[in-house]
Amino acid sequence: MNSSLLSLAIWTPIVGAFIVLLTGDDRNARIARPLALISAIVGFLVTIPLYTGFDHSAAGMQFVEQYAWIKRFYINYHLGVDGISVLFVLLNSFITIFVVVAAWEVIETKVAQYMAAFLMMSGLINGIFSSLDGVLFYVFFEASLIPMYIIIGIWGGPNRVYAAIKFFLYTLLGSLLMLIALIYLFLSSGSFSILDWHQLKIGMGPQIYLFLAFLIAFAVKVPMWPVHTWLPDAHVEAPTGGSVVLAAIALKLGAYGFLRFSLPIAPDASQYFAPMMITLSLIAVVYIGFVALVQQDMKKLVAYSSISHMGFVTLGFFMIDGQGMGSALGIEGALVQMISHGFVSGAMFLCIGVMYDRLHSRQIADYGGVVNTMPKFAAFFLLFAMANSGLPATSGFVGEFMVILGAVKYNFWIGFFAATTLIVGAAYTLWMYKRVVFGEIVNPHVAELTDINCREFAILGVLAIAVLAMGLYPYPFTDVMHASVDNLLKHVAVSKL
Amino acid sequence: MDMQTLYLLVPLAPLAGAILAGLFGKQIGRAGAHTVTILGVAIALFASIAIFQDVQAGNTFNGTVYTWMEAGGLKFEVGFMIDKLTVMMMLVVTFVSLMVHIYTIGYMQDDPGYQRFFSYISLFTFSMLMLVMSNNFLQLFFGWEAVGLVSYLLIGFWYTKPTAIYANLKAFLVNRVGDFGFLLGIGLIAAYAGTMNYTEVFEKRMELAALTEVVTGWPLITAICILLFIGAMGKSAQVPLHIWLPDSMEGPTPISALIHAATMVTAGIFMVTRMSPLFELSDTALAFILVIGATTALFMGFLGLIQNDIKRVVAYSTLSQLGYMTVALGVSAYSVAVFHLMTHAFFKALLFLGAGSVIIGCHHNQDIRYMGGLWKRMPITWITSLLGSLALIGFPLLSGFYSKDSIIEAVHFANHSGSLPGWVGSYAYFAVLAGVFVTAFYSFRMYFLVFHGEERYDQNPDAHHDDHAHDDHAHDAHGHNDHGHHDGPHESPWVVWVPLVLLAIPSVAIGYIAIEPMLFGDWFGSAILIDSAKHPAMHDLGEIFHGAGAMALHGLQTAPFWLAMAGVGLSWFFYLKAPHIPAAIKKACAPIYTLLDNKYYFDRFNEVVVMAGSRALGKGLWKAGDQTVIDGLMVNGSARAVGALAMLTRLFQTGQLYLYAFAMIFGVFALLTYVYWVWLRHFV
Repeated sequence: MNSSLLSLAIWTPIVGAFIVLLTGDDRNARIARPLALISAIVGFLVTIPLYTGFDHSAAGMQFVEQYAWIKRFYINYHLGVDGISVLFVLLNSFITIFVVVAAWEVIETKVAQYMAAFLMMSGLINGIFSSLDGVLFYVFFEASLIPMYIIIGIWGGPNRVYAAIKFFLYTLLGSLLMLIALIYLFLSSGSFSILDWHQLKIGMGPQIYLFLAFLIAFAVKVPMWPVHTWLPDAHVEAPTGGSVVLAAIALKLGAYGFLRFSLPIAPDASQYFAPMMITLSLIAVVYIGFVALVQQDMKKLVAYSSISHMGFVTLGFFMIDGQGMGSALGIEGALVQMISHGFVSGAMFLCIGVMYDRLHSRQIADYGGVVNTMPKFAAFFLLFAMANSGLPATSGFVGEFMVILGAVKYNFWIGFFAATTLIVGAAYTLWMYKRVVFGEIVNPHVAELTDINCREFAILGVLAIAVLAMGLYPYPFTDVMHASVDNLLKHVAVSKL
Repeated sequence: MDMQTLYLLVPLAPLAGAILAGLFGKQIGRAGAHTVTILGVAIALFASIAIFQDVQAGNTFNGTVYTWMEAGGLKFEVGFMIDKLTVMMMLVVTFVSLMVHIYTIGYMQDDPGYQRFFSYISLFTFSMLMLVMSNNFLQLFFGWEAVGLVSYLLIGFWYTKPTAIYANLKAFLVNRVGDFGFLLGIGLIAAYAGTMNYTEVFEKRMELAALTEVVTGWPLITAICILLFIGAMGKSAQVPLHIWLPDSMEGPTPISALIHAATMVTAGIFMVTRMSPLFELSDTALAFILVIGATTALFMGFLGLIQNDIKRVVAYSTLSQLGYMTVALGVSAYSVAVFHLMTHAFFKALLFLGAGSVIIGCHHNQDIRYMGGLWKRMPITWITSLLGSLALIGFPLLSGFYSKDSIIEAVHFANHSGSLPGWVGSYAYFAVLAGVFVTAFYSFRMYFLVFHGEERYDQNPDAHHDDHAHDDHAHDAHGHNDHGHHDGPHESPWVVWVPLVLLAIPSVAIGYIAIEPMLFGDWFGSAILIDSAKHPAMHDLGEIFHGAGAMALHGLQTAPFWLAMAGVGLSWFFYLKAPHIPAAIKKACAPIYTLLDNKYYFDRFNEVVVMAGSRALGKGLWKAGDQTVIDGLMVNGSARAVGALAMLTRLFQTGQLYLYAFAMIFGVFALLTYVYWVWLRHFV
C-alpha cells in the first residue's frame, strides 16, 4: 500500500528550489521570489492530505512508502508518519511560507540562492520527520545542516563565520556517534528499518551505549543544557528566516529523535537515565530562564527563551511512570509544546526581524516607545510575548500546562521547579517588551519608524490566528497524537532485556 | 431563548463588544466603540437578571460547552456551572461593569485611546465572567490569568508613563507568583482526583482528605488548599502579595473601580468560596487564611492613614477590606465573605468613581491636602461619597454594616467555639475590631479633607507643575483645561454622576435586603458547604440573628459601632478642628511614620533582594556558567586543544624536500637497526 504524499512533501520544495535556482543571479530576483512562494505554498498544500487523511485511531505508520535503495545493505527508501511525526511535516511546510514572505524585500543579494536554500531545507526536514530507514534518516539529518550552514555563513551578521562553523561542527560531531549507533543496530538486527529496531531485544550494556550515542546527537540539536551555547550565537548571526527555521523547526529534530530512537529502541536505558534527563531539563528551564533575563540582545534573549522552552519538551519525554497519566500528559504536552513553540518562537523572531529591518539593531537599549510609532506591530508583538509567557488561550499555555500537570503527578518537586517558568518566563519576556515597546521615545530613530506593511501584517496575522486557535481549541492537535503516544508508552513500559 | 443560549450570551456579548471596539475601533469611531461595548455589557446584565430569576426558581446548571482537549485520561473542558453563588457574582460583575462603562464616557472623553479603553474593559468583563461561571479548574485558570492580562493592559494603559509601565509589569509578575501556587494546586487536584471538574472533585473530597502527598509527605488536602489560596493571595492582594495593588492606581480611575476594587480582586475570595467543600477539610489551611486575612485587614489599614493621594487612600482601604473577606473565609463564614464582597463591590466602586469625579473636578489634582470644601461645589459627588464612606465604616442600616458586622461576629463566635488553634482566633478578632477604628479614621480623614473645611485647591505649591507633569493623555482626557485653574472645582457631567447615584442605591440598601436570605436563609444552598460541627461560627451567628432591623438596633450598642464613631470623631477633631495635631503626632512618632511611609519596606525588599538578586543570578549564570565554563573551557577549549595538536603535527610538514629526505634516510636507518637487533637476539 504505497502512497506518494510523503515523497511529494519532501521533493516538491526541493524541485522548487532547483527551479528557483535556474533564475540565476539577482537580475531575475523578481521572478525568483514568486517562484519560491509558489513552491512553498504548493509544498504546504501537498501536506494537508496528511492531516485530513490521517486515521486518528491507528497507532502505526501511515502513508507508508517503501522501495529498495541499496539492496546489498538492505537500505530502503522507507517513509511513513504516525501521530508523533505527522504534525511536524505540516508545521515545517507551513513555516517555510513565512520564511519566504518574510525575506521578500529584505533579502536583496543572492535572492534565488537564499530562497532555494530554505526550500531545500524544508524538503530535507520533511525527510527527517518521515524517514523510517536509519540510513535515510541519517542522510536527511546531515544534509539539512548544509543549507543552514550556508544561510548563516552567507546572509548572516558580522560574526557569521564563527557562528556558522560553531553550529556545523557542534551538530556534526554530535551526529557522528549516532552513525555508529545506527551501524551497531544494523549489525545486530540485519536491517536498517527503524521499526525493526523498535522490536529488537538489546541487553542493558548496549542499550546504555546506544542511549548515550543518541543522546549526544539529539541533545546538541535540541539543544539541552550544557551543549546549548551554539544556539544563541547561531541565532544572533543568522538572518531572520534562518532564526525562524532554526527555532521553529530545527530544534524539534533533536526532540523528535528522542521519541523515534532513544525511547523505543533503548527503553530500559531511557528509564535508567530518566533522572539525569529530567535534571538537565529542569536546569534548562530554570538556569536558562535567569540567563535570558539579563540579555541585552533581543535575539539572544529569545534564543535563550527557546532553550528554556525546549527544556519543557525534554522534561515531558522522560517522566516515565509506566502507562500513567503523568507520562501521557508529559509526552503529549511536550509534542504540543514543540508545535506551539514553532509558531511562537517563529513569530517572536519575525517580530524582531521587523524591527531589525528598520533600525538595524537588535539591542534592547536602542529601542523604547516603539508603540508610539508602530501600534499595530506592538499589538501583535504583545500577543506573541504573552504566548511566550504561557498565557492561557494562547498556544504557549497548552503544552506547558500539560507538562506541569504531568510533572506534579510524577513528582511534586519536579512540577514545582518546572512551574517557576510561570514567573521567570513572564519576567524576561515582558520586561523586554516593556523596554522595547512601552515608554517615551528616547532614540530619535524610533520616532521615524513606520508601522508594519501589508506583507508583515499578513505574516503576523496568520501566525496570530494559529497561536490563538491552538490555545482555544487544542483538541485537533492532541487527538492526532493519542494512539501513537499510547502505543509508544506501552512499548516503553515493556523491558527489552 | 433557552437557558443555555442565555448562559453563553453572558460572556460572549462583552467579548463581541471588546473585539469590535478593539479591532475596528477606527472604523466604528468613538461613539461606535462605547455603544457596542455598553450594549454588550447591558445584554450580559439583562441576561444575568433573567438567569437570576431562573435560579431563584430553583434551576441550576452544570454542563460542558466544548471539550478543549483530552490527554492522559484527563478531560479538559470549557463549561458552565450556574448556581446562586455564580449568579450573584454575575450580577455584581455586570452591574458594576455597566456603571463603569457609562462613567468612562465622561472620564475618558478626550483620551486618544478611547476605543482601546472600552475594548479592554469589556474584555475584562468577559474574562471575569468566564472565571465565575466556570465549572472546572481549567477554565477557572483561564479566567484567572485573563483578568491578570487585562489588568496588565489597563494599568499600563498610558504606556508612555514610566510609573504606569512599571506598575503593570509588577502587577503581572506578582500575580504570576500567586498563579504559580495556584497552578501547582490544580496540578495536585488533577493528579490525585483525576479530573478537572468541580463536582467530580468535590465528590472525591473525602478520599482526598485521607491521602498524603506521596513525594512531600504533606497532608494532601492541606497542600491543595494552601496552594490554591496562594493564588487567591495574588489576585485578592493579601500580604505579602498585596504590593501590586496600590501601584495599580497608575491606570485610569474607572479601572480602579472595576478591577482593583469591585471585581478582579474578589476572584480569590470567590474561588475559596467555590472550593468550600475542600477548604472545610483542612483546619490548617483555614487557620493560615485567617492569619493572612487578619494581617492584611489591620496592617494595610494603617497604611491608609498616611496617604495623601485620594486614590491610594481608597486603594489601601480596598486591601484592608479584602483582608476582612479573607478573615471571613478563615472562620468558614463563606457566605459572609461573599456578602461582604458584594456590598464592598458596590460601595467601593462608588468611592472610586467618586474619587475620579473629584479628580476631574479638581483638574487632576489627586492630593487631598489641596482639596477641601467641595461639598457645595460637587453636591452629588459629595452626597454619594458620604454614603459610600458610611457604608464602608459600617454605619448601621447601610450595606457595609451588615456585612462587616457579620464578619466580626463570626470571628467572635469562631474564637469562642474553640475551633481555632491557639492565638489565631484572638489575633483575628483583635485585628478586625481594631480595623474598624482604623477604617473609620482614614475614610473620614479623606472625607473631611476633600469635602469639608476650607477650600485649599489653590494652595498646592506645585499645582501648576503638577498639571503639566501629568501625562499627556490624562491631560487631554477631560478637556477642562481650557477652563483654567482658577474656576475652581465643579460638578462632573451626567455620565459621571448617574453611575454614582446608581451605585449609591445598593451601597445603602443591599445589606438590609440581602442579609437574611444570603446568610441565614440557606439561599446559597449547596453552593457553599460548611461542616457546622467543626466550624460552628455560621450556625452560632444564625442563632442570634433576629432580622435586619433588630440587627441594626443592636449594632448601636456594640463595640464596632462605637469604635467607628470614635474614628470618625477623632478624624473630625484632627482634620477640621485642630489640624496641627496630626503634624505633631507625625513628628513625635517619626520612626512609625517612616515605617508606614515606606509601606513596611515590602517594595524595597523586592527591589533590592528579589529583582536585583534575580538579575545578579542571571548575569552570574550567563557570564560564569555559559561564557566562561561552557563556551570558554569546554567548547572553544576543545577547539583550542585541537588547534594546539595541529600546531605540533605541523612542525613535521615543512614542505622542505631535504628534510623529508633526511627523515626518510633516518627512518630507513632506524628500521634496519631494529631488524638487525631483532635478528641478533633471536638467531644468534
